[in-house]
Amino acid sequence: MASESNILEMRGITKEFPGVKALQDVTLDVRRGEVHAICGENGAGKSTLMKVLSGVYPHGTYDGTIVMDGEACEFRTIRDSEARGIVIIHQELALVPHLSIAENIFLGNEKATAGVVDWHRTTSEAAALLERVGLSENPATKAMDIGVGKQQLVEIAKALSKRVDLLILDEPTAALNDEDSAHLLKLIDEFRSHGITCIIISHKLNEIAAIADRVTILRDGATIETLDLHGDEPVTEDRIIRGMVGRSLDSRFPDHEPTIGEEVLRIEDWTVHHPIDTERVVVDHANLFVRAGEIVGMAGLMGAGRTELAMSVFGHSYGSRISGTVLKNGSPIRTRNVAEAIGHGLAYATEDRKRYGLNLIQTIRENISASALGKVSRWGVVDSQAETQVAERYRTDFRIKAPTVEAVAGKLSGGNQQKVVLSKWVYSDPDVLILDEPTRGIDVGAKYEIYAIINALADAGKAVIVISSELPELIGLCDRVYAMSQGRITGEVARADATQEALMHYMTMDKGVDVR
Amino acid sequence: MNAVREYLGRNVRQYGIVAALLVIVLLFQVLTDGRLLYPNNVASLIQQNAYVMILAIGMVMVIVAGHIDLSVGSVVAFVGGLCAIMMSQWELPWLLAVVLSLGVGALVGMWQGFWVAYVGIPAFIVTLAGMLIFRGLAIVLVGTTVAGLPAGFIGISNGSVPNWFGFVGDLDVVTLVIGAIGIVAFAVAQWRSRMSLRRHELAVEPMPAFVVKIVLAAVLIGVVTYWLSLSSGGTPIVLLIVGVLIIAYSFVLNRSVFGRHIYAIGGNRHAAVLSGVNSRRVDFGIFVNMGVLAAVAAVITTSRAGAGVAAAGMNYELDAIAACFIGGTAVAGGVGRVSGAMIGALIMGVLNMGLSIMAVDAAWQQAIKGLVLLLAVAFDLLSKRRAALA
Repeated sequence: MASESNILEMRGITKEFPGVKALQDVTLDVRRGEVHAICGENGAGKSTLMKVLSGVYPHGTYDGTIVMDGEACEFRTIRDSEARGIVIIHQELALVPHLSIAENIFLGNEKATAGVVDWHRTTSEAAALLERVGLSENPATKAMDIGVGKQQLVEIAKALSKRVDLLILDEPTAALNDEDSAHLLKLIDEFRSHGITCIIISHKLNEIAAIADRVTILRDGATIETLDLHGDEPVTEDRIIRGMVGRSLDSRFPDHEPTIGEEVLRIEDWTVHHPIDTERVVVDHANLFVRAGEIVGMAGLMGAGRTELAMSVFGHSYGSRISGTVLKNGSPIRTRNVAEAIGHGLAYATEDRKRYGLNLIQTIRENISASALGKVSRWGVVDSQAETQVAERYRTDFRIKAPTVEAVAGKLSGGNQQKVVLSKWVYSDPDVLILDEPTRGIDVGAKYEIYAIINALADAGKAVIVISSELPELIGLCDRVYAMSQGRITGEVARADATQEALMHYMTMDKGVDVR
Repeated sequence: MNAVREYLGRNVRQYGIVAALLVIVLLFQVLTDGRLLYPNNVASLIQQNAYVMILAIGMVMVIVAGHIDLSVGSVVAFVGGLCAIMMSQWELPWLLAVVLSLGVGALVGMWQGFWVAYVGIPAFIVTLAGMLIFRGLAIVLVGTTVAGLPAGFIGISNGSVPNWFGFVGDLDVVTLVIGAIGIVAFAVAQWRSRMSLRRHELAVEPMPAFVVKIVLAAVLIGVVTYWLSLSSGGTPIVLLIVGVLIIAYSFVLNRSVFGRHIYAIGGNRHAAVLSGVNSRRVDFGIFVNMGVLAAVAAVITTSRAGAGVAAAGMNYELDAIAACFIGGTAVAGGVGRVSGAMIGALIMGVLNMGLSIMAVDAAWQQAIKGLVLLLAVAFDLLSKRRAALA
């Protein structure tokens, strides 16, 4: 079955995590010397597959075979796969900020004799590699002093310093501006002409169309199809999208008839820059509104700017050089810190419960009251009995599975932790609730309960914004959905018109295309 | 009975430390042939260790919020020296000098709080600098010693509550009255809390546990009262000061919004900020408070020494930090209680006193205290790991 022209064949790859099948019988063939793209929704299994390939998940923790150059491989560590010429560049760059470019390139692979580093050789070889990737920087410059686009090039130079037959790039342009992206794509094209095979994972379909020879589509942990972009049949972006989303909606959502009232919140011309790289625009002139009783969805791929938009509105918790207007019930409000935002009736439940949402070493009671301690205290003194009573009420109403509200938050399951976060924000009695990935990492049963809570909140007259990467969830739950791509709101779809294809079309829309 | 056992189970960590204190007390009671618990020794145990207890109260708040304060020993020397100068050279009334000293402590706290909270320099560095700065200033101000302090001032640390009501047999009546007030106040507070729980239709602890708790507390207060009333002076004034501070700060940490914000910040700073907690203001407040408490400790230390001394307060920061950690405060922040730190301070105090009575060399005392600190934290860590496995 092994073919001469294939550099890599992955067959029947199945990878299970406790309770979840991340990959199921995945097949991937990569031809020698091609640029092979991998596409799929968030959570489709792209990164997991690459971790299997590079030895991050060692042989034995998955089923299936990996054949490289016609030889079966059993990688136990990343070093094993690197020895075979497989080099992976992760989405989160792995440079040490305080070390120089040259030191970073040869980190773990130092140019040394008997343990003594030869700095002259290090510098000259680094300079040669930098020239190859088209980066004109002094090798002695610290990694933190160059922009993220150049850092990406340093990563590639580092890859080239090893023997590389197969280069894997995970979302290489997600954090880059247009110019840097174009340079990177040109570089990949050059590598191809030098016989280096590339696998590129990307959400940007226009880039795939521009650079890739073939594309493999993953969905829900399975291979859907492999399309040849140079074939007789032209492969359009719509064709790829159909492959990425092609599944049916089932009845995983409680029935809900919305009662939509007046407009509560409007965001106008909202622009946010990256907190450190202040030149980079993360949210680009966004406009949106929500009405009382309405559930509005925010669709977008990773890095589209949805969380950044929400957090910047919620008390400038993210970003720099923020501009634009927030209007509440028609009049402009200031939300320059979280207390002000809460004061104006906003609430934001984070996507990262453990890092930003909960105090894991405190009790359910203390977490629920955290954002509205004022409501259970007088003259700065907390009425702990009243507080317990409130917490008990939410424990019962939201069916948080814990013996008492004195249970420690860190010991609850994901679904119950999410209910605690929701309780906290519902108790602060906001007018607008922004829920960021409210069902991430939660099992199906608990999801249904969370949807019911969200519906109940809307019925109580709250305006709800749901950010989600699961398109079926947005379509099943929301009355209206905005799609974001590359920091822009690229589309707005009413419930009746919301299909996964329509949303994915907007979610992958390139910045260069005029929206109106 | 099951309910009682369950209640005890939930509070086992707190009881573990109390048990450790009791073991150490009993051990030294035996080793010193019963001299440890002589009434006069109990009184001086409190007088000698008041400074650790006061500093540890502030330090618990600092550590729970995820910071550290290395400067308190130097601040004690600086404020104490200034206080002595105010009385002996500027001839201010001693009460005014004490109030001014507390104000100076607050200013010192603002200085350090500013750098930590608003500039964002780690507290370790800010207070390390403070340790050098204020020690230096103390030496500049005081030279070596400033003596000649008023008797009233010296009475703060060395005196007792005056014997207004005379004696019953050998017993000091004032002390007995204070003890009785303490028992009644404790019982009333507990009863009110129970009634409030009922009113909010919440579970109350089982009646036997409630009664046992009050009886135990009454017996404990009673024994200490009886013992102190036998001592030559009766109730030391510092005991009242420390007692009031413990009650007040337990209340602040457990019941006030400020206290709850401290725990929230220490447990997960990101989550606290995203919940609308003004973390900078809380950090600033914590350091101002630490400065004031360091000033209280300075007044007590200076009063006890009878003079302002440039070398006063040496290593006090380490005593206070050790008391917190022995008392179960988490190194990473987010966990810790005033009561725990007080027991930690008492453990250190009893060790000091017991070893001194046994005439153990000071160098050995230090080594033994270090070992106890290490073992206490190791015990804490291991018991937590076991709890995580269970």
